[in-house]
Amino acid sequence: MKKKSARIVMIIGSLMLLLVFMFPLWSITLEAPQFPEGINMYIWVNQITGDTESTLQNMNILNHYIGMQKIVPDSIPELQYFPYVIIFMSVLGVLFGLFGNRKTFILWAVLMSVLGILGIYDFYMWEYDYGHNLDPHAPIIVPGMVYQPPLFGSEYLLNFKAISYPALGSLFLGGSILFAGLGFFMSNERKDMKNKKAGFAGFMSKVNKEAKDEKVA
Amino acid sequence: MKTKLFLILALALSIVLTGCDSDGGKGSKAGMVGSNAAEKVYVAPGEHDEFYAFLSGGFSGQVSVYGLPSGRLFKVIPVFAQDGEKGYGYNEETKPMLETSHGFVPWDDSHHPELSQTEGIPDGRFLFINGNNTPRIAKIDLRTFETTEIIEIPNSAGNHSSPFTTENSEYLVAGTRFSIPITETDVSVKEYAEKFQGMLTFVSVSPDEVGDMEIDFQILMPGFDYDLAHSGKGPSHGWTFFTTYNTEKASTMKEVNASQNDKDFIAAVNWKKAQEYVKAGKFHTMPSNYLNNEYSDHTHMATSKKMTSTRVLIPSECPGLVYYLPTPKSPHGVDVDPSGEYIVGNGKLSADLTVHSYSKMIKAIEAKAYEKEIDGIPVLKYDQVVAGVVEKPGLGPLHTEFDDKGYAYTTFFISSEVVKWKLGTWEIVDRIPSYYSVGHLMIPGGDSRKPWGKYLVSLNKITKDRYLPTGPELAHSAQLYDISGDKMELLLDFPTIGEPHYAQAIAADIIKDKSLKFYKLDDNKHPHAVKNEKDTRVERKGNEVHVYLTSIRSHFAPDWVEGVKLGDVVYFHLTNLEQDWDVPHGFAVKGANNAELLVMPGQTETLKWIPKAVGVFPMYCTDFCSALHQEMQGYVRVHPANANVKLSWGLNEVEKQEK
Repeated sequence: MKKKSARIVMIIGSLMLLLVFMFPLWSITLEAPQFPEGINMYIWVNQITGDTESTLQNMNILNHYIGMQKIVPDSIPELQYFPYVIIFMSVLGVLFGLFGNRKTFILWAVLMSVLGILGIYDFYMWEYDYGHNLDPHAPIIVPGMVYQPPLFGSEYLLNFKAISYPALGSLFLGGSILFAGLGFFMSNERKDMKNKKAGFAGFMSKVNKEAKDEKVA
Repeated sequence: MKTKLFLILALALSIVLTGCDSDGGKGSKAGMVGSNAAEKVYVAPGEHDEFYAFLSGGFSGQVSVYGLPSGRLFKVIPVFAQDGEKGYGYNEETKPMLETSHGFVPWDDSHHPELSQTEGIPDGRFLFINGNNTPRIAKIDLRTFETTEIIEIPNSAGNHSSPFTTENSEYLVAGTRFSIPITETDVSVKEYAEKFQGMLTFVSVSPDEVGDMEIDFQILMPGFDYDLAHSGKGPSHGWTFFTTYNTEKASTMKEVNASQNDKDFIAAVNWKKAQEYVKAGKFHTMPSNYLNNEYSDHTHMATSKKMTSTRVLIPSECPGLVYYLPTPKSPHGVDVDPSGEYIVGNGKLSADLTVHSYSKMIKAIEAKAYEKEIDGIPVLKYDQVVAGVVEKPGLGPLHTEFDDKGYAYTTFFISSEVVKWKLGTWEIVDRIPSYYSVGHLMIPGGDSRKPWGKYLVSLNKITKDRYLPTGPELAHSAQLYDISGDKMELLLDFPTIGEPHYAQAIAADIIKDKSLKFYKLDDNKHPHAVKNEKDTRVERKGNEVHVYLTSIRSHFAPDWVEGVKLGDVVYFHLTNLEQDWDVPHGFAVKGANNAELLVMPGQTETLKWIPKAVGVFPMYCTDFCSALHQEMQGYVRVHPANANVKLSWGLNEVEKQEK
């Protein structure tokens, strides 16, 4: 655990996490013929936005016909405290990078992965709630119909095709976990390592090998 | 005597022309339609046209917006006439647009649309158009396609030679087609020759995004009829040319008495010189009453400004300001070619087409080659200014436009055709019939420095059998021609609204991306706007009841009002809370003596309503807005005049009452 480069990778990874404040984590697009531009909604760590300032209002207007609750970002507590979790994790990661040992690197990566999975689960639960918890007085009630958008992929909800995928922010979040893991591998001090190539090059050759194996399979 | 001669000449010429007409197009309804014409005008569903075309509405007072080459109608923009479809001139916000010094004038005769220009090229900022009957110029903002300003032209009558922009839209012009006694008094019409005068008005346009119009100065002219105009470009930038007729100064039976002189004039006005004279204080301040009406996209309201005077220049006191160019037989259109050198005088009763040269005109002025002077205005010698003559081109030339390859295209009303000829050699290269009796023609950018010489539209005065008949009144017809090749080719016939006189067109790319989708609610500065349902309310001020309501898919808030009494004047101030593209809401209430409201997203409009009977009156959304549009309705209860009731209103569980 003397390698400077491993520490730098760990710190870069921790700071990369902050990019979730600059890019959305998830995007949900609604497509229908009379919306030639599509309706694009973006879920961030601290806000929900659209292509325009009024996208959310327009989405809520459409949703009210089928009795979906209004999406009011201020009333979603996760958007309030998630930013603190992110900042905490970023600071923690930098501290680990500066002063920690390689175990703290993998600890951070695992912790962040758990948080990420919890986040996705939480997002899924919100989607479930919006899609299922419908106003019984809604003007349009289609028996048996629920409006939960997919977590990953696309699905037809009445006249709309709903498309949901992770956005750039999630990529950076995943990247920060990868970097922490990379820091962990780079700081490998085992003497009996068969692969003499250490650090980043070693890791890459391993990755490449795995990728090749996959292709063959 | 001369009229008879002209008729004989006309007959002779038509025989000659028929002889030349080898295609026999006039006999066949389809004319010279090529086999691939349909392909050339077909714009596939969902695709966009290449050009926006703006056609004047003539006696409809409006402007219609078409796509070229498809000939599809996109919008009718209300300008000088009330339009119930859009509530224009009926709602409280736009009523001031139609105010004049003569009071509320809800109609006019709109003739000549003119796109704003930068360096002689249409720039897509504004479209201007004249009102002929009660002299006015209107400005349409091409971000919103709405009329945003109307300025009245005082000391004028029949604002026909207008607006015809200068190269950078420094000025729009407004020449009077009817000379009148100036200042306006009751004089015997028989004293026309002695007491009537003409006025040429120069309206400045601010170069910013508002394009504010103001009357900069007027020029008092001899009592002729100032028919049409075009401003110079390139080398001739700084000059504006006006045609005249009735230089005979006849006051009655003008069809004969105003057609006697062999030559009338094109008045060449040096407006840069005029600016110098104005700066030097050589003007007279004339008391003049006129209104300037401006519509704001922020308050969504129009306001009228009362103006009280104009600055008038008198040519005899301002040497070098105006010259007359003799031009045969009551010239109608005057058209300046893209180079700015040639000035075409379309002598409508002349057998030939006269073209003047700007450079020769300048030399003649320098050499003082004057024939005579009229009221201090030098008349230049005809042979010193004429560049060339297109001989026997057709009958009744009215207007000329240009392409980008050195050709000119002139319309002939009597012989019902468009004739293509070459600038400089004056030879005729092609001719094609129009259906029927073409007035103006339009080539996109065809009066600018850079015409898009691909299409030509003829705007015709007579329709007869071109379409399925619709009783005695028929739509005016327009034809689209392909002028990209050597031969003009007829592509399409399409009906128009009112009587399009002139038209303008511009490449769609210049405008379409700037088109506004909706007004931002946050920027709405209307004094009666309500920006959320919580603030909706009903207030009484004496016998005035103000209903501050909102619309959003698919309800009004409030959707019921009680406590209105007979004798009350009710104002519905409706704000459309929508912030999405193409979601207007309409509003109508039973028995309203005006029209509907058609409120764009983010906008506020007001409908005045005076109930005439006790009862319950429905109100509803008139523009199919959503799946539950039909449910977007409500009621107003009207009580007897002496009822002791308070105003109350509500929506769903919300109920409120006046304190």
